[in-house]
Amino acid sequence: MILRVKDLSVRLGGSHILQGVTFDVPPSGVTALLGRNGVGKTTTLRAVLGEVPAVGTVEFGGEPVLGRPTHRLVRSGLGYVPEDRCVFAGLTVAENLRLAVRDPDPDYETVHDLFPELRARAGQRAGTLSGGQQQMVALARVLLNRNRLLLVDEPTKGLAPAVVSAVASVLARVAEKVPILLVEQNLAVVRRLALGAVVLSAGRVAWTGAAGELLGDAGRTRTLLGVGRAA
Amino acid sequence: MSTVILLFLTGLGLAALYFLIASGLSLVFGLAGVLNFAHGLFLSVGAYATWWAAPRWGLALAVVFGIAAGAATGALVEVVLIRPLYRRHTEQVLVTVGLSLAGVALLQSVWGADPRTYPRPSWASSVTSIGSAQVPVDRFLLIGTAVAVLLALLAFLHKTRYGLIIRAGVENRDMVSALGIDVRRAFTLVFTIGGALAGTAGVLGGFYFGSVSPGQGASLLIFAFIVVVIGGLGSVTGSAVAAVVVGLLQQFVNYYGAAGAGDVSVVVLLALVLLLRPSGLARTAATV
Repeated sequence: MILRVKDLSVRLGGSHILQGVTFDVPPSGVTALLGRNGVGKTTTLRAVLGEVPAVGTVEFGGEPVLGRPTHRLVRSGLGYVPEDRCVFAGLTVAENLRLAVRDPDPDYETVHDLFPELRARAGQRAGTLSGGQQQMVALARVLLNRNRLLLVDEPTKGLAPAVVSAVASVLARVAEKVPILLVEQNLAVVRRLALGAVVLSAGRVAWTGAAGELLGDAGRTRTLLGVGRAA
Repeated sequence: MSTVILLFLTGLGLAALYFLIASGLSLVFGLAGVLNFAHGLFLSVGAYATWWAAPRWGLALAVVFGIAAGAATGALVEVVLIRPLYRRHTEQVLVTVGLSLAGVALLQSVWGADPRTYPRPSWASSVTSIGSAQVPVDRFLLIGTAVAVLLALLAFLHKTRYGLIIRAGVENRDMVSALGIDVRRAFTLVFTIGGALAGTAGVLGGFYFGSVSPGQGASLLIFAFIVVVIGGLGSVTGSAVAAVVVGLLQQFVNYYGAAGAGDVSVVVLLALVLLLRPSGLARTAATV
């Protein structure tokens, strides 16, 4: 397993958001982290990344990493694509990418192959890009470097259907090379990409297994995720 | 007309001082989120270090020493006092306020509370004719230094890797860390730069006022904070524009209005900006 999370607990502002979350992420393919709004999916990613104080155990590549500073964890090969993109609005596209470079030989070839538009918009301020273009920048930032795992948080949120499909295609290509732990509300995208699934409910893991098994069971999907059968 | 010219250049000189203090203050707050009430102490350290060193080593070396002392104080304060308190804003405020008060008390205990005559080059004490006005040359020294610092800061922020990190960190420092960058190094750097700029302001303030006193840094800091808020938190360019507006407004109103009206007018301007444009002239830190 590339990532092992055991008994992860997070308290923020008096709320017990994660209450002993335990799951594993295999070293290949996409693992979906699912659940209704507010169950702790994003907090789980941020706790793994060291952005929020947490207790429990997190092993990345066999090493315990909980409590390690975020920048050191990222430099050890953990790429993060946050919810809402978090591009630097005042920097140009080129500057956003240059800031993210940490490898001596950044993979601009793959980035420009996947997102040719970014080359044309290199001098444009990222804050003036569309949501889809900003998502390209957010994904490109992690693809410039060699990573052992990507944490990708709601990459299709707020995007037009055509852009959602394009983003899903990119993630499918990326997943051929590097495993992804994907937080995603769009179950059609989950169905298309994910092999495994972990479902959170009220800060605990409510279900783990194959994504196809979960999404193929309308009753279970409705119970765990509050939605009907995935498209 | 000569009065207007003199007021204009004197206002710009004051604006230069405000900018030198405010630019560091603004970067420190924008990047590290620290409201640094001890920033005035960096100014005082720079001013007193130069005042102390000038008779011993000569003025030129003393100026370099003063700026270095301001920078070293900034770095030391960040590493020793601020770093353990990141994200604990109340404690940060208490520590920086306490440090500011303790610093003034320390300077008073060593060199007394009375203003000390400040050494300055003979040419800076002279006056020159601009139109019909006789303008002290030190005004041009202040203005020239502030313009040079502004250009150097902008070049640093836009042409260097650390400048890029600072500009990004002002927007979202957690995301900078999430890209694998140790943003705390940048915190130390902005404190050091802020300390150096405040030290420079301390030296130039000595030239401008002709004296140095323990409370000088704290009194200038109040207006520098106003400049930071009007200019937009984290924006160097915004600080420069706001410093000019505040400096000129203060000078002209003080001269043509009642005593103290200049200071009041600056506070009124602050209130108007907070009401009409709460994020300041720069609107976003993107304009760093």
